[in-house]
Amino acid sequence: MSALLEVEDVTMRFGGLCAISHCRMTIPAGITHGIIGPNGAGKTTLFNLITGIYRPTEGRIRFQGRDISGQRPSRIALGGIGRTFQNIRLFKNLTALENVRIAYDTQLHYGPMESLLRIGRHRRSEDESIARSMALLEHFGLAGLASLHASELSYGAQRRLEIARALALKPSLLLLDEPAAGMNTAETAILTEFLRDIRSHFQVTMILIEHHMHLVMNLCDQITVLDFGRVIAEGSPAEIRANPRVIEAYLGESAE
Amino acid sequence: MENTRRFCVRVAECRWILPLLFAAGLAFCVIAESGGLLNSYTRFALTTMAVNVILCASLNLVNGYLGEFSVGHAGFMALGAYASAMLTTRLFPQMPALFIPALLAGGLVAAGIGFLLALLSFKTRGDYLAIITLAFLMIVKSALENIPWVGGPRGIAGIPTLTTLPVAFVAAAATLWTIRNLIFSKFGRAVVAIREDEIAANAMGVRTREAKILAFSVSSFFGGVAGALLAHQITFINPGSFDIIKSTEILVMVYLGGIGSLAGSVLGAVIFTLLSEALREFGTWRMVILPLILVLLMLFRPRGIMGLKELPWFLPRRELATRRKKS
Repeated sequence: MSALLEVEDVTMRFGGLCAISHCRMTIPAGITHGIIGPNGAGKTTLFNLITGIYRPTEGRIRFQGRDISGQRPSRIALGGIGRTFQNIRLFKNLTALENVRIAYDTQLHYGPMESLLRIGRHRRSEDESIARSMALLEHFGLAGLASLHASELSYGAQRRLEIARALALKPSLLLLDEPAAGMNTAETAILTEFLRDIRSHFQVTMILIEHHMHLVMNLCDQITVLDFGRVIAEGSPAEIRANPRVIEAYLGESAE
Repeated sequence: MENTRRFCVRVAECRWILPLLFAAGLAFCVIAESGGLLNSYTRFALTTMAVNVILCASLNLVNGYLGEFSVGHAGFMALGAYASAMLTTRLFPQMPALFIPALLAGGLVAAGIGFLLALLSFKTRGDYLAIITLAFLMIVKSALENIPWVGGPRGIAGIPTLTTLPVAFVAAAATLWTIRNLIFSKFGRAVVAIREDEIAANAMGVRTREAKILAFSVSSFFGGVAGALLAHQITFINPGSFDIIKSTEILVMVYLGGIGSLAGSVLGAVIFTLLSEALREFGTWRMVILPLILVLLMLFRPRGIMGLKELPWFLPRRELATRRKKS
C-alpha cells in the first residue's frame, strides 16, 4: 500500500527547545491514525508542521509522494489536507453557512471581473457553492443553524461545524486536534460514531490527536505515542495498550 | 408592535428601494446643480458628503473587512489628488471631457502604492502595520513638499472646478456598488476570513496574500479617486491638506458608522459631514468635539452603529436568502 503521508526524520526546534525530535511516521491511505502522548509532547506541533504553519528545522514531510515541507499553509490545504484546531478556530462573526462557504470557495473558478459585473461563472458558482455548503451542513445536522453566527452555536455544534468546514475542502487527509476535548463520556461515544460515519461517507484518511483513550482505541487502526517530542511507541491499539514505555510515560512509573 | 416590526423587515428587504433612491438622488443632484435649487454652500457640503462616503467605504475595506488598522488613507488621497491635478492643470488643461480619465489615473497611482503597502502586510499585522501606514503618510507628505515640480509646500493652485454634485454622487454610488460586489464574492469572503482568523483562513485554503493585495489595492484606488474629486472641488491642494488629521477624520467616519458594513460607511460619512458642518461655527472646538465622539464610541459601541451588520438593501438577493433566520 502506498503511503499518503510520510514524516521523514523531522525535527523542530524553537530556540533551545526541541519540540519534535527525529520524528518518523508513515500513514497509509484509508486508515485512521491516532497520536497520543502527555501534554507538551509535541502533538499539535506535529500538526502545525504537517499543515505548514511551521517549517521543519530538519527533515521532510511528503504528502502523496510530494515534498510539502515549507510550502505555504494555503497551498498545503488546497493540496488536500484539512484540519481542525484544539481551541476551536471558527470565523466567529460569520454565519455557519459562510464558515463552510469560505472553505468551499477555494474550489470555485471565477475571476474578480466576473464578480464585479455579476456575470459569467460568478452566478452559477455562487448558487452551487451555497447549495453544496447547505448539503454539507445538512449532513452534520447543522442545516437549521445555517444562518446563525458561529459564536452563537453550542460547543458541540461548533466542533461539528469545524469538521464540516474542513471537509468542504474535499481533503484526502483530515487532521483532528482533540475533537473530544471538553466532552463527557456519553458525548464522546456519540462523537466516535460520528467520526466513523465521516470516515466511510467522505472516504477520508484521518489523523487524530486525542486524550480520550476509549475513542482512540475504538477508532484508530494504528497509534503513535509521543513523549518529549520523540516517538516512543507505534503500533495497533492492542500493542500500544500492552507497551510498558507507554504506561511509563503516562503514569510516570518505572517500567522495570 | 409585531406589525411595525414586520413592516420594517419588509421595507428593509425590499429590492427596489435602493435603485429608486439612487435615481431620485441623481435627479435631485442634477436639478440642484443646474437649477439653482440650492445655494452654493449647501451644494458644496453635499459634494463633500459624497466624497466622504467614498473615503469611508474604501477605508472600511481595510479597517473593517480586512481588520487591519490603516492611518494612511490621507496619503492615498494625496496621491490621487496630485496625480489627477497634474493631468488637468499641466498635461491637458481646458479639457473637461478628460476629467474621468484623470480621476481613474489618480485612483490607479494610489492603487499602485497601495499594492506595495500590501506586500508589507504579509509579514506584519496589527499595531506594527498601523505604524507602517503612519510612516507611509509622512513619506508622501514630505515627498510632495520637496518636489518642486508639483509645487513644493505651496501645492497646486488653479485646478479647474470639475467635481460637481452629480459627478460626486455617481462616483460614490459606483464605489459602493464595486465594493459590495467584491465583498459578496469569494474574494471578499477571503478578506473577511483573514479578519476573523488568519491561521484558520490559511488552513482552509484561503490565499491570504492575494486577498490582502486585493483589499489594499481597491481601498487605495478609491482613496485616490476621492482625493482627485476633492482636488477638483476645492481647486487648491497642498501637502498640508493630507495630514494625519485628515486620516483621523476618515477613521472617525468608519468607526462611527460601523466597521465591516456598507450601510455603516454611508451612515458614518453622512453623520460626520453634517456634524462637521454644524460645528463649523465653533472653530477650534470642532477638533475637540469630533475626537471626543471617537472616545465615547470606543467606550460604548466600539464597532460603530452598524458594526459588522449590513442593511439588507446592500445584500445581493442570494445572500439575503441565506441570512433569513428560520423561525
